[in-house]
Amino acid sequence: MRSQKLRPRLLAAASVFLLIAQFPLQAGAEAIVAKEEVANFLLGNGMEVVVIPDHRAPIVTHMVWYKAGSADEPPGKSGIAHFFEHLMFKGTKTHKPGEFDAKVSEIGGNENAFTSYDYTAYHETISPDALGDMMAMEADRMRNLILTDEVIGPERDVVLEERRMRIEGDPDSLLSEEVQATLYQNHPYRVPVIGWMHEMEKLNRADATEFYDRFYTPNNAVLVVAGDVDVAAVRKMAEDTYGKVARGPDLPPRTRPTEPEQNTSRTVTMKDARVTLPSFGTQWVVPSYRTAENGEAEALDLLAEILGGGTRSRLYQALVVNDDAASGVGAYYNGTMLDDTSFTVYGAPRDKAALARLEADVAAQIQRIQRDGVTESELEKAKNRLIRSMVFAKDSPASMANIYGAALTTGSTVEDVQKWPERLQAITADQVKAVAVRYLRPRIAVTGYLLPDDSTSN
Amino acid sequence: MRRSEPAGIAGFASAAIAGVFLLCATFAAQAAVKIQEVTSQSGVKAWLVEDYTVPIVSIRFAFDGGSASDPAGKDGLANLMTGLFDEGAGDLDSEAFQIRLDDVGAEMGFSASRDNIYGSMRMLAENRDAAIDLLRLAINSPRFDEAPIARIKSQIVAGIQSKENDPQTEAGRRWLRALYGDHAYARPDEGTPQTLASIGADDLRAFHKAAFARQGLHVAVVGAIDAATLKTDLDRLFSGLPERPELAPVPDVEQKLGQEIRYDYALPQTSLRLAYPGIGRDDPQFFAASLMNHILGGGTFTSRLFREVREKRGLTYGIDSGLVNYEHSAALVIGTQTRADKAAETLGIIRDVVAQMAKDGPTEAELEAAKKYVIGAYAINNLDSSGSIATTLVELQLDDLGIDYFERRVGLINAVTVEQTRDAARRLLSVEPAVLIVGPPSQPAKEAN
Repeated sequence: MRSQKLRPRLLAAASVFLLIAQFPLQAGAEAIVAKEEVANFLLGNGMEVVVIPDHRAPIVTHMVWYKAGSADEPPGKSGIAHFFEHLMFKGTKTHKPGEFDAKVSEIGGNENAFTSYDYTAYHETISPDALGDMMAMEADRMRNLILTDEVIGPERDVVLEERRMRIEGDPDSLLSEEVQATLYQNHPYRVPVIGWMHEMEKLNRADATEFYDRFYTPNNAVLVVAGDVDVAAVRKMAEDTYGKVARGPDLPPRTRPTEPEQNTSRTVTMKDARVTLPSFGTQWVVPSYRTAENGEAEALDLLAEILGGGTRSRLYQALVVNDDAASGVGAYYNGTMLDDTSFTVYGAPRDKAALARLEADVAAQIQRIQRDGVTESELEKAKNRLIRSMVFAKDSPASMANIYGAALTTGSTVEDVQKWPERLQAITADQVKAVAVRYLRPRIAVTGYLLPDDSTSN
Repeated sequence: MRRSEPAGIAGFASAAIAGVFLLCATFAAQAAVKIQEVTSQSGVKAWLVEDYTVPIVSIRFAFDGGSASDPAGKDGLANLMTGLFDEGAGDLDSEAFQIRLDDVGAEMGFSASRDNIYGSMRMLAENRDAAIDLLRLAINSPRFDEAPIARIKSQIVAGIQSKENDPQTEAGRRWLRALYGDHAYARPDEGTPQTLASIGADDLRAFHKAAFARQGLHVAVVGAIDAATLKTDLDRLFSGLPERPELAPVPDVEQKLGQEIRYDYALPQTSLRLAYPGIGRDDPQFFAASLMNHILGGGTFTSRLFREVREKRGLTYGIDSGLVNYEHSAALVIGTQTRADKAAETLGIIRDVVAQMAKDGPTEAELEAAKKYVIGAYAINNLDSSGSIATTLVELQLDDLGIDYFERRVGLINAVTVEQTRDAARRLLSVEPAVLIVGPPSQPAKEAN
């Protein structure tokens, strides 16, 4: 009848491996905006500001992004980035717990926050005349949060419930967690954003305070304002609010443990009585927009689009339209990550017994590209689709704010975002073939299987 | 799969969540979206918001009649049909159509809710003409060729089969049967493998002809297009459709409340759903009920249920209540999920919060805050992109609220008194609800009563 919406403090990118589900095409979301439209500057304390004016409706999206995500957590404290995100709503020296929520609600605003591997963001969508107040309250909780055991206890229960809801009760999510932990052997992307249950249960006030003091400073934050505002007014308000927060100590470079050479293919299998139709997903570690060189990230975006980006893709045409092998099949690449990221192909057969055949068929499509490359026409159409998606993204100021916030907290710049279409246009068919050959190697693939469990019944 | 959430429900929920404080800003917001009513030469009407900021055009439309109008034994027909509009139309077969659509750079989507069939297209302004031409073909001349029918059917069947052992799916099915009995609302929108097997091209053609008619058509267009051009496009798209729809009428239905439906399954959490009587969109008490619902469990972090169940006790990650309105039935539904061993306690707290609201209703201060939210949130939730504006304008037409609704809405909300919200609370919440409990069997929920 009515599905529960994704609710408060939602967790971004908890599962990377969503079979058949629709996932936002992160890379395609990077947007094209003429340079003069977007302002980008630093406040005196080092806080970066991006302003994206759009005067169509008197609405503004205000976001503060911190360069702190689950991959920045201390070992053994998994889940603290996300748990701390929840605690940011608990009141400060000058604002009682609940006051922030009440204030946003009173003006009809939308608010929430999300945590991912590389960033945590807090956002409100409001009418422009409330922007100054929002900035004042957001700047206040950047440094003046009061954390007591009274607020921490129930909120820890809330995030434990959140984990039960999102992960424990869902075989898909449990599998994708363990595939991720297998794909990455050393890098902290192997740890789920929401945290491991046994570590989450032990998170406490000291952990939260330490995380807060380390990462929540203006020089580790990016302010993004998109909507019905003018740049000069935003700059003045930002200087009067965020600008008054003392600069924190310089943070060390975000250097995390890196992956060793991978030499094995690995499989991870989840059997569950709730599953009737088997499915698989295969992943590889590949460069992200920050770590890639020579256009490899753009080439991986195009490879994902050509191989499995939609109904015109090779996988869909070959295995859904021209054959009845798959009920769902596709590929995706999430390039908006600070460190090396993953490339995924996935599929579910139409016939329960035909998983192995489908997996072989998908592998054959990859081999075809590795051997023969992609056609000029395919490449051009894929470029058009990705660039078009950026024009469509401009329709929503909130999605523009998301694009810039995610880019700037994962090592990209405003200019990188703006020149993405140009860089994409320059990619050749040979480059697409080259990344397929170099990265999608069966010998080091990690495959997750979601299978029916015939041995148990409820 | 190729279905999207029926926008009607979401649109309604946000429209339903309807404050004074922001009066000036709100008027400005509403003024900013200037709606023109455009009537084509052949008499097709559309609401247009003309805006050239971004070089795209969004069109959205709805026909009366959706899955609830599936003929007997042909459950899933409307849903299947909406998967076939980009699978060949006019002279273009499936592949030719999809290549053209991709080349012109347009995104086309069709979906069925229980009460309506929706279509939409988002296109680059420079390719508008070619894109509209494809949409015209899809609306007027879908081919319903055998191969795509078989393929889309088998995808839907795979989707159904993939959830055969899913406790939430099965519980949801039982819930609908318990609430709606043998009414069409109890049937699964996507059908069953058996009913889908019985649907052929002739059924699809007949249903298309019966449902796609000019009476019962509601159109909204937003973006880089002027009224004169739109008039021509409206005729291209819709003037060739039959005048009247010929679908069998769907009767109104009262939900059967006062029952408990349990579905036992060893899960880490127990999910709880409570259905109370709802209120029609045209009921004079609608806004009073909507404000009361907002205070009880509406969409912010400040509701009574959110405070009691989540903030104070940490029993859940999410809890909310909402007014759910279909064409022939309405409900107020509360939903949450909690640790299996806390299910009885959580249900008890929800019942206490509801009982308190039924008895005393909202306070003046709560109502004041709710009004402010509901007034201010409208533009933010409904007008933030051309797609969402088009969606909102179609929903306003479906709800028959009038083109001046944006101007009238603030007044309607401000007119609600605290007594009216207390009446609404008594009316909706004094009734024993239908309760759905999905989770491990060992937790006797009766204890909570």
